[in-house]
Amino acid sequence: MADLNRSIPAVPPVTAPLAGRAAPVPAPADEAEVAFDIRDFSLWYGTLQALFDVTIRIPARQVTAIIGPSGCGKSTFLRALNRMHELTPGTRITGTLLLHGEDLYSPAIDPTHVRRRVGMVFQKSNPFPTMSIAENVLAGLRLNGVRDKAFLRERLEQSLRMAALWDEVKDILGRPGVSLSGGQQQRVCIARALAVEPEILLMDEPCSALDPIATAKIEELIRDLRTRYTVVIVTHNMQQAARLSDRTAFFYLGKLVEYDATRTIFMNPANRQTEAYVSGRFG
Amino acid sequence: MPATISIHPSAAQQARRRWTNQAMSAVLLACALAVMAPLFLVLYYLIREGATSLDWHFFTQLPKPTGEAGGGMANAIVGTLTLLAMAAGIGVPFGVMGGIYLAEYGSDRANDWLRFAADVLNGVPSIVWGMVVYALLVVPFKTFSAYAGGVALGMMMIPLVMRTTEEVLVLVPQGYREAALALGIARWRIIVVIVVRTALKGIVTGVLVALARVAGETAPLLFTALGNSFWSHRLSEPIAALPLQIFTYAISPYDDWHRQAWAGALVLMAMILLINLIVRVLSRERRFT
Repeated sequence: MADLNRSIPAVPPVTAPLAGRAAPVPAPADEAEVAFDIRDFSLWYGTLQALFDVTIRIPARQVTAIIGPSGCGKSTFLRALNRMHELTPGTRITGTLLLHGEDLYSPAIDPTHVRRRVGMVFQKSNPFPTMSIAENVLAGLRLNGVRDKAFLRERLEQSLRMAALWDEVKDILGRPGVSLSGGQQQRVCIARALAVEPEILLMDEPCSALDPIATAKIEELIRDLRTRYTVVIVTHNMQQAARLSDRTAFFYLGKLVEYDATRTIFMNPANRQTEAYVSGRFG
Repeated sequence: MPATISIHPSAAQQARRRWTNQAMSAVLLACALAVMAPLFLVLYYLIREGATSLDWHFFTQLPKPTGEAGGGMANAIVGTLTLLAMAAGIGVPFGVMGGIYLAEYGSDRANDWLRFAADVLNGVPSIVWGMVVYALLVVPFKTFSAYAGGVALGMMMIPLVMRTTEEVLVLVPQGYREAALALGIARWRIIVVIVVRTALKGIVTGVLVALARVAGETAPLLFTALGNSFWSHRLSEPIAALPLQIFTYAISPYDDWHRQAWAGALVLMAMILLINLIVRVLSRERRFT
């Protein structure tokens, strides 16, 4: 922390950062239902510590944005929420991570079970290349043993509607998923994640490879998802965090620096590093 | 330092550069042609010598005794196909699953040793495989057999198939595995339905390349399949194979056998060319976006 403060000398007072651009949503009530209750969570890649004693409570059915400069641990944190980081050999964690009171890191819990409850959308859209649009969306259900055709058909339409893609693809469901445009592919991936009805949807910079129009569509869709899902989104685009999220967490050097209602983080941050970052002076 | 350093070469320098350029281009072209030439020479020779003895009987009849005209290599053609099927039966499951282990499981340390072992095995002379299988299967059962020949060829295929399978599986982007894991799909299902399915063309290509490679092997069959002038009725009997038949006929003193050997070589070459053509068609678009 001391190093950081030295490296950004004399931060001038900020007057209404992002004023005019940010469209902050109302701050959540303090008594909101908690989805993730995380305490003193640290994570190591081998001997390199990537997260330091993160304590955070992520509310249910809201959009929580994770922001911070590259390498600050925001993606690592997101991947820890569904134990995806375990694919990297040599990782180790301490602390507790509860989802609706259940310890996701308890030895009795299968990571596959965790990932069924906590879905994920990635930075690069990745529809399975050997599957059609419909097969992609239903992959999670089919490969988990669902065979009921009527149910699958219904879920296919429902998921594609939620991903705001149904009208565009309803006549070409048999075409390869990879034949769509980048933005459509990303929405196929969102539909695919929604089809298994997770409780949480994690999104790791879902728009960073998309053009502004496709980005706008996905942002709109994320705002709609809030009524049913808990969304945690990592973004390096601060306007996007300001537009989309109810709450924002600012990570720096593996530590959670500040976490508050998005409006507070952008308009009136308590911490000087947060203020410097959201006003674009470093990062 | 000379005083006349210039980035604009003189006319003489330019002429020399042009000459060097043309001379080197010609040398490189000659080397490229030298690589191609043997293939065409072999094909030309095989067709010139073999095509005349090649008729319908060659594919349908057994070899005739010495002195009798005509006859064919039907048993050797069927024998080679039988041996290749058995070799694939051994080489494909062990090779593909070994490749899956290398690409999807296994620690870095173990994998280094496995790769090293596979690469060494790929370099083992084929006659050594024949001797190994002779000791393992021929001596204990006191008979040469199709089984022994198939096992010898199959064992040669394993390291080839294993390494190519690993290579194409590693090419499948990690993003697909992560996306599938995030859907809560079990790992073995992801490997079978997503990873192997995505890389299937590459795996089939690797298997065909390995088959083409062992199809022409003679040495591993000398003390295992042995060869047979008649139809084999059981796989526990010696079996004929094209390379063996070619070898036997080529070293014989009879002219009509020599002609038959040429025809056999032409058929074998055509089979291998056909496999390679299929490989080319399959591997034309081995790209995963």
